[in-house]
Amino acid sequence: MSHKDAVRNAITSVVLSASIATAAADETSIRLTEGPGLTQVQASCSMCHSLDYILMNSPFQDKAAWEKTVNKMVKVMGAPMTADDVTAVVAYLDSHYGKVAPTAP
Amino acid sequence: MQLICGANGGNMDRRKFILGSTSALTGGLLLPGIVSSAVAQDLPAGAVASGILDALPGKRPLIKRSFRPPNYETPVSYFREAFTPNDAFYVRWHTGVPDIALADWRLHIAGPGVKSEREFTHDSLRRKFKTVEVAAVNQCSGNRRGLFNPHVAGVQWGFGAMGNAVWGGVRLKDVLEDAGVTASALEVVGNGADAPTLTGPDFVKSLPMWKALDPDTLIAFEMNGEPLPKWNGAPARLVAPGWTATYWIKALVDLTVTDKPFDGFWMKTAYRVPKGMFGASGFESQDTEQNSPITAIKLNSLVVDPAPGAVLERGRRIEVLGIAWDGGSGIRNVEVSLDGGKTWRDAKLQRDLGRYSWRQWRYAIKPEGAGAMTLMARAHARDGSTQTDTLVHNPAGYHHNVVQKVDYHVA
Repeated sequence: MSHKDAVRNAITSVVLSASIATAAADETSIRLTEGPGLTQVQASCSMCHSLDYILMNSPFQDKAAWEKTVNKMVKVMGAPMTADDVTAVVAYLDSHYGKVAPTAP
Repeated sequence: MQLICGANGGNMDRRKFILGSTSALTGGLLLPGIVSSAVAQDLPAGAVASGILDALPGKRPLIKRSFRPPNYETPVSYFREAFTPNDAFYVRWHTGVPDIALADWRLHIAGPGVKSEREFTHDSLRRKFKTVEVAAVNQCSGNRRGLFNPHVAGVQWGFGAMGNAVWGGVRLKDVLEDAGVTASALEVVGNGADAPTLTGPDFVKSLPMWKALDPDTLIAFEMNGEPLPKWNGAPARLVAPGWTATYWIKALVDLTVTDKPFDGFWMKTAYRVPKGMFGASGFESQDTEQNSPITAIKLNSLVVDPAPGAVLERGRRIEVLGIAWDGGSGIRNVEVSLDGGKTWRDAKLQRDLGRYSWRQWRYAIKPEGAGAMTLMARAHARDGSTQTDTLVHNPAGYHHNVVQKVDYHVA
């Protein structure tokens, strides 16, 4: 076996195992950081969509941006959230998935 | 091996296809997800971490952006084929995915813009109207949104929220003319069988009459000679070649020809670009003072192979493979620069598969000096447009067509 074939085979097995390992994944595999507000996030947000939407949209949204997103879910998409739910969810998203401040040069 | 690579379809060796060529072998094939390191640098960190490879039933492993609704991106390595295999074609839904048996499917046509209502079954539609095929790129409006800097909220797509296919079906024009279009007809509103979970707006989109009556606009049942996968809109979807995929309504069940601008959320509020930022929309009845609906695909190109970050062998001649496409004027030429944009040379365009299809191109390189090497590629369209050097930032993250810079390492 040439070196290239060896590399090729090694890569193939990695691709294969990676595919198999992930082929059975579903949204129950999503893990969000523990913290106050997580219960409300799970109850409200996952009514309509998997929680990877939160991971995917981080960490670049500041509190105002998360607030805008959550308000859109309530006002446009019809999420049945109380004002307290909104406050808790926005605080949670900002704390754990909010914008990371740029490091000083 | 056979599990991934030995399957049907396509016109090239799946093994080569998945593994990439020299680039993938020497470049340490970027795992997991066959996502290039260049994309990983540009996407939000959370999108990289959650963007695992995952296979929906009937699909190959694709880059999962969200499980529910299912939003799955095609890895760029699949774009080595002229037409994207159905089981590798990206998936994008706003809501749950309808599952409609062909025998149960009905298409209803009504509204003030038609003389008489119509209802068709699959059989009656196919029997009554001529079957035609159109090769066309289907590209999500938000393709490459994840590469926006600064980032904007939404599905954080990399390069793969698109694909090229041959779409087969009947002309929307023939069906509308059968119902009789009135003089007051303004827009054709398409609705799919999908519905929102709660009280949110149903995903409904309209087309201006000129686009609806374009002979290339179809009600398609087939994709690359096979029935549409349910993930891509079975039993039937609209095909609006040259326009972004938001108009290509999946699981289409209802057409309403209106005499007023349709004002649903997904037309009036979403899928909008600032007025004038990207030229005329061609959809005047939906233009406002502030903004326009996103419509035609902007000229773009993509380096497919070798993948960004690949290690290239010094002194060895290889061919770079890429694709270029636009909203239907066609590709005039593609240029490549190896000196940071100072000088450009034409790539070799491959076969023209139709003005709405993407065009493959090749460019031979023989890297001499060891170390970093950057390749730039930019397309020019027949309508005179070219790609932008700097991102035209807009709130929804649309039309990212910045000239690509691909970094390689020569050793």
